[in-house]
Amino acid sequence: MTLDDILTPRLGQALRPNIWDGVALVLVIGAMVLIVYGGEQTALPLSALDASPVSLDPTNLPVYALRTTMRMLLAIVCSIIFTFVYAALAAKSRRAEMVLIPLLDILQSVPILGFLTFTVVFFLNLFPGQVFGAELACVFAIFTSQAWNMTFSMYQSIRNVPKDLEEASQSFHLSGWQRFWRLDVPFAMPGLIWNTMMSMSGGWFFVVASEAITVGNTTVTLPGIGSYVALAIQKQNLPAIGYAILTMLLVIIAYDQLLFRPVVAWADKFRFEQTASATAPSSWMLDLFRRTRALRALTYPFAALNKVISNLHLAIPGSLRIPVRSGPPSHVIDAAWLALILASTGYAAWRAYQYLSATLSPSDVLAALGYGFITLARVIVLITLATLIWVPIGVWIGLRPKLAERIQPLAQFLAAFPANLAFPVFVVVIVRYSLDPNIWLSPLMILGTQWYILFNVIAGASAFPTDLREAAGSFHLGGWRWWIKVILPGIFPYYITGAITASGGSWNASIVAEVASWGDTHLTASGLGAYIANATEAGDFPRVVLGITVMCLLVTLFNRLLWRPLYAFGERRLRLG
Amino acid sequence: MLDLTTQTNLLEMRSVCRSFPKGSGEELLVLEKVDLTIHSGEIVGLLGRSGSGKSTLLRIIAGLIAPSSGHAKCRGETIVGPPNGVSMVFQSFALFPWLTVLQNVELGLEALGIESSERRTRALAAIDLIGLDGFESAYPKELSGGMRQRVGFARALVVHPDLLLMDEPFSALDVLTAETLRTDLIDLWIEGRLPIKSVLMVTHNIEEAVLMCDRILVFSSNPGRVAAEIKIDLPHPRNRLDAIFRQLVDSIYARMTQRPETRAPAIEGIQGIGVGMILKHVSSNVLSGLIETLAGPPYNGHADLPVLAGHLQLEADEIFHLGESLQLLRFAQLSEGDLMLTDAGKRFAHLETDARKKLFAEHLINYVPVIGLIRRVLDERPSHTAPAARFRNELEDYMAEDQADETLKTIVSWARYAELFAYDEQSETFSLENPH
Repeated sequence: MTLDDILTPRLGQALRPNIWDGVALVLVIGAMVLIVYGGEQTALPLSALDASPVSLDPTNLPVYALRTTMRMLLAIVCSIIFTFVYAALAAKSRRAEMVLIPLLDILQSVPILGFLTFTVVFFLNLFPGQVFGAELACVFAIFTSQAWNMTFSMYQSIRNVPKDLEEASQSFHLSGWQRFWRLDVPFAMPGLIWNTMMSMSGGWFFVVASEAITVGNTTVTLPGIGSYVALAIQKQNLPAIGYAILTMLLVIIAYDQLLFRPVVAWADKFRFEQTASATAPSSWMLDLFRRTRALRALTYPFAALNKVISNLHLAIPGSLRIPVRSGPPSHVIDAAWLALILASTGYAAWRAYQYLSATLSPSDVLAALGYGFITLARVIVLITLATLIWVPIGVWIGLRPKLAERIQPLAQFLAAFPANLAFPVFVVVIVRYSLDPNIWLSPLMILGTQWYILFNVIAGASAFPTDLREAAGSFHLGGWRWWIKVILPGIFPYYITGAITASGGSWNASIVAEVASWGDTHLTASGLGAYIANATEAGDFPRVVLGITVMCLLVTLFNRLLWRPLYAFGERRLRLG
Repeated sequence: MLDLTTQTNLLEMRSVCRSFPKGSGEELLVLEKVDLTIHSGEIVGLLGRSGSGKSTLLRIIAGLIAPSSGHAKCRGETIVGPPNGVSMVFQSFALFPWLTVLQNVELGLEALGIESSERRTRALAAIDLIGLDGFESAYPKELSGGMRQRVGFARALVVHPDLLLMDEPFSALDVLTAETLRTDLIDLWIEGRLPIKSVLMVTHNIEEAVLMCDRILVFSSNPGRVAAEIKIDLPHPRNRLDAIFRQLVDSIYARMTQRPETRAPAIEGIQGIGVGMILKHVSSNVLSGLIETLAGPPYNGHADLPVLAGHLQLEADEIFHLGESLQLLRFAQLSEGDLMLTDAGKRFAHLETDARKKLFAEHLINYVPVIGLIRRVLDERPSHTAPAARFRNELEDYMAEDQADETLKTIVSWARYAELFAYDEQSETFSLENPH
């Protein structure tokens, strides 16, 4: 039997199982067993955590990895559901949009790890004495790191559905519900999947950071890779950290190969283009499933269910229906709505002020702002350094297609890898050589996010048109002139995309990077991240709120005043093609 | 027994008007008192320049937008939302790229709640009829433009509409493909194999309208009105080279270039007068090229528009734009379907680059009021600069935002060629200083 015989199913054998069915079946059953096992563990009472504490025995790592992965999966499912509801509401209702979109914009810049403080307390109170509550808090933290950009992407897609398709679905009498599933969702799919992948990359960082949490007197240690590392730090066990890093590498590779690549390859058909592109993404996993006969038959009920859902004749709520007569909207209701929003904003502001002013004085605000500027300075210096290092390297790699093809997946992988797992390695060095934590802890902030700059620059340099390079060559442009006039403008829009992601990530990372410990040695770099981290550990809620508010403010201003204008400039003037 | 279909009108529109908000917030009238009746068994063409409101009218009939005033009835019922028994073929095909040919065709039936086995039968029949057999499982992106539009037709026909609306269905296709599709469609129509009663087609292609329609309604622009109704009694299949066919095409060309008596100061096709004139962007290179072509043999300063359009391989609509731009600048004159160079135009043809620029500048200042205005403002100001926003606001008193955009773009490009004034894209300002 040749490989070809296995790969091409013959006619008339559509439902008879083949060898690939066996392979695929094992994979499916394995996944189910693991999910059930993982689910059983969360139903235990909280005391069970103390009864069987996390141990550094490497044989436990597969189970911990499974628990960590389950949290990721659950969070991504929640994020997707949230995205569908929130984005649809914002895109279809003008009045909802007025509130939801600015809200989303702010939520995007809130430091996720600051959230933990409140959510842990909230969820533990919701399910007193159960592991489930702590699990939910962790899942919620990951959710908050993933949902916002996915929602934005979907909202923007729905708003930009091509007009002719909209008219076609209207003129063929598709109901609002049908239209949503037949037009809006498929159209939003490619952007949504890309953003989901980016969210997942970011998510690993937060799942690791939020498994072992101390809020005031409550310490929760959920079994997982993050807790394993936390324990290893406490026990000063460097080999254990090595095992954890290795496990994480394997988990991310498996996740990518078994879940994301198949999804991306499958979603290729939703790309809105009128001509077939040269290279379609491929996935061995998807090919495997497409080749298996019996397993494909198993998916038929799902396809049928999908059809039933999208064809349901539901009574559509008025807000989802597209009115034919687009008369002027009622100003009275608009005014009332606006008044309601302003009133609730005012009330919220007053309550916040009351809460904070009870314990905090203006000098606290000044102190927090001061720390904020120290962290801001760190972010600026680090982004500049990363730029100086990675832009030339990225350009060098990107202009060599063979090399770029090999390096690019590695860079993307490094961006997904939770850098906080590797922190202890650096901390050990700092402790051993007694280096100044104010300077040497800083690079940790950008350890995980610098790769966004690298892989975007590689992408930009790879996409740089050959004719422009040849033109530059034929005019003997060289040295700095070549950099300034040719390649830097060419990669600028890509670089900005990478730098925005890197800078956002660095702010978030500051909360775990500005404080570090190795056994009993605690290192602190003064900055807003350390301020929030210390306040969290002390259970000092007013200071946590203050810290988060200041960070939120700085991130938003930084984005509005620097990144957005640069991005707009790049898109307007420097986008090639 | 009376045949009901000849008694009732499929479509009846009485003094339909439609306006859209202008940039300044006021209303811009696009359709003015349009009357239109469609009977069973005819192909009706709406012929007009782009921007004459004919697509708007089609969308009112399709129930996609509502009229501002007037009555629109389809099969005796007032149109509120997409009416039953009407389906539409789009200029851009509007196929769902994630659905196969078969799924695209089935979509309209699914929305009607028709059960799956009948859906499949009807969809396959429509695919068969329109010549798409074998392509059922292909995705739109795998098909050529002509095949994609066939899917568009199959999707519209499968619901067995009484009235088929077509919005410039052939204008996105190349010449050969479009012709094949037109004749295929006419053949099916004559043989009575199309499951429809009537067709309403929007087009700006005069020959296409004469080739396919039983009745042509010629639209005038600004605001859109029915200027003339022409019955075409030629039997199918029609021959484009036939003398009567040519005569019809010529007469419609003439009608569309006629200056309306009532609005003497306005130049047909160039909307508004004075500063509020809407300028369509035409490159100065194209204008020079056209003047040279007109000046040389065989035209020697005088060309028949259909002949010129054929020679330059331009659509009627495009040749109108060019002709009108030349007319606006007084380099040529349009009348009765002919384009004639003026004395200035003849002079222009024989000048060197710099002299051409000078002459062009002179004409811009004298005949394009808004350019004269900008130049005057720049001359008067001590700084010799002025923000574009100042003129945009003024333009938006007369026109919609996108029209103001286009007009500004035209002003910038013409003024740059004539070296009248400079424009800085970054700061969006006009200035007298040209970089040296």
